[in-house]
Amino acid sequence: MFTRREALIGAAMAAAAAAAIPAFPALAQPAADISALPRQKVSLVAPPFVHEHDQVATGGAKVVEFTMTIEEKPIVIDDEGTTLRGMTFNGSIPGPMMVVHQGDYVELTLVNPEANEMPHNIDFHAATGALGGGALTHVNPGEQVTLRFRATRTGTFVYHCAPEGMIPWHVVSGMSGTVMVLPREGLKDEKGEPLRYDRIYYVGENEFYIPRDEAGNYKTFESLGESYADTLQVMRGLVPTHVVFNGRVGSLTGENALKSKVGETVLIVHSQANRDTRPHLIGGHGDYVWEEGKFANPPAKDLETWFIRGGSAGAALYTFLQPGVYAYVNHNLIEAAELGATAHFTVEGEWNDDLMKQVDAPRPIVIN
Amino acid sequence: MRFLTSKLLCSFAGAMAVSAAALGLEVLVPVSERGLPKLAPIRSTVVAPGSFIHPQPGEYLRDGRPTVAPRIAARIDEPIAIMTYQVSRDEYARCVADGACKPADAFGSGDVPVTGVSYLDATAYAAWHSKATGESWRLPTDEEWAFAAGERFTGDVEPLEEDPQNPAKGWLSSYKQEVDMARQPDPQPRVRGSFGTNAKGVADMAGNVWEWTSTYYVRVTIAPAGDAVESTVDNCGVHVVEGFHRTYMSNFIRDGKSGGCAVGLPPDNLGFRLVRERDGAVARLLSRLRTLI
Ligand SMILES: [Cu+2]
Repeated sequence: MFTRREALIGAAMAAAAAAAIPAFPALAQPAADISALPRQKVSLVAPPFVHEHDQVATGGAKVVEFTMTIEEKPIVIDDEGTTLRGMTFNGSIPGPMMVVHQGDYVELTLVNPEANEMPHNIDFHAATGALGGGALTHVNPGEQVTLRFRATRTGTFVYHCAPEGMIPWHVVSGMSGTVMVLPREGLKDEKGEPLRYDRIYYVGENEFYIPRDEAGNYKTFESLGESYADTLQVMRGLVPTHVVFNGRVGSLTGENALKSKVGETVLIVHSQANRDTRPHLIGGHGDYVWEEGKFANPPAKDLETWFIRGGSAGAALYTFLQPGVYAYVNHNLIEAAELGATAHFTVEGEWNDDLMKQVDAPRPIVIN
Repeated sequence: MRFLTSKLLCSFAGAMAVSAAALGLEVLVPVSERGLPKLAPIRSTVVAPGSFIHPQPGEYLRDGRPTVAPRIAARIDEPIAIMTYQVSRDEYARCVADGACKPADAFGSGDVPVTGVSYLDATAYAAWHSKATGESWRLPTDEEWAFAAGERFTGDVEPLEEDPQNPAKGWLSSYKQEVDMARQPDPQPRVRGSFGTNAKGVADMAGNVWEWTSTYYVRVTIAPAGDAVESTVDNCGVHVVEGFHRTYMSNFIRDGKSGGCAVGLPPDNLGFRLVRERDGAVARLLSRLRTLI
């Protein structure tokens, strides 16, 4: 497309600017072997699900290609219809999980469609340098960028948007997600014995700060820009109006409850990009828990509640032993019950009386 | 309002602000003077035409890496009538009283530049002020501001050192330059005129109040060889802010500290001044507007 600027530069730059623009030598091949590596294109899947992946790597290192399109859109976050001016990676809160193996290369193409209002970028906690890639991925509406980084450390890691001057606002508007870098030989317990999961669920926790009007009702805004000043005021108070899993109150309950069955081993990855949280499976445990999410450290065992630091993702492995409905909550129970941080598991299977039995059903108090 | 990013709409939105006043669609009933301090007449300075080297605003890429923005030999063909001082709190208060402007974030009154105002606030004021005076007032372009700033113009803080093999060289160099500027934060706006006038007779340029311009952010990719432009992306949701150094802010930002400035050197305050559109320029703009409609 021809623009005023092109005309301007075409006419004037040759004369005025030839000396001002340094000539760069051609970029040397960063590492001769990357171009020879096998490439794999992965289609991302919205949470709480995770794209298909091998737990144990087959073959050597490869380049794994992902594409995420940034979507800015209003998102209803509770049953009352409260609307967040959302900013999202690929349309979901949290953004999709990307899974690779240690030594692989993550190659992300980040697309910021022209219809968006905001510039965005991405800071990968799994990556090394350039503010996690933030300094190399700044895209305006109408631009895309591709970043490659090597997954050198294993674990679950947060990624989030980090535009200068507006980082927290973008993060609490929904722009965070998770990368999982598996050891090439898969997960292991403290003795080095392999651990495997039959299912993986990805729970992203977010807290929202929705401004209210004079009457105390949640406000709606016509655009992101209009929501900014009021939202910032609420954010500075550090008291969220909503604390939710998967972008809204009740997104992982009822019809959307997570499913499992007795004997099945589930890996639950829990991320919170901004604020501490403490997941707890009511009636179950964490058999093996990487609280910090880093697989080079031996997992903690038999946890009742685990602590996820704001700005990190953790992983808990659990084999269901009893059927039933389980609540998976942030065990700040006010946040779980009043603000939204509750998910449900429905688990099919045979009851184990040995583990638990109601010996005597409720009845009037016996007086001897 | 939604920020429209197509090139056509970028320029259309700009033209609209001026046209409402120029077309004289509404007859303005000035706000009641009761209870409001008496205002001094708006003083403007006429900057004579001339040429200067204008380092282009925006970001420039070559071979996928940031490169120094071109320095263009710019010609200003017609005199620029620019407000001698930044718009004051008292002046802005009239627009607020009329319901045409939102209250600024900074409290207080007096002959002090209004601060805590966004690009959207500044353009709202320009539209109101144009109606109030029956003249066409608008934000200056970056080129006009730079020319009027004269010897006080700085432009972008650009890295002195770049290494195509090592992007961190540029980041470290920019950071060091900002630190070396050793500018202490100076957040308290002062009575207008406190920063003196420049050689062209314009007051308070590059003081502690940065100024919105009508130039929007652009990212330009220059061909690997030569000076041809490969592509440009306009972002009219972000505008150029001028002052002690040049920076870029999203249209709705009122507090420079939380804006898009680089590490260490955010603008102390955000304010603005306006330029008066000449009749001839208005006519040309209107004819362009007509071809768009
Ligand atoms: Cu963002």
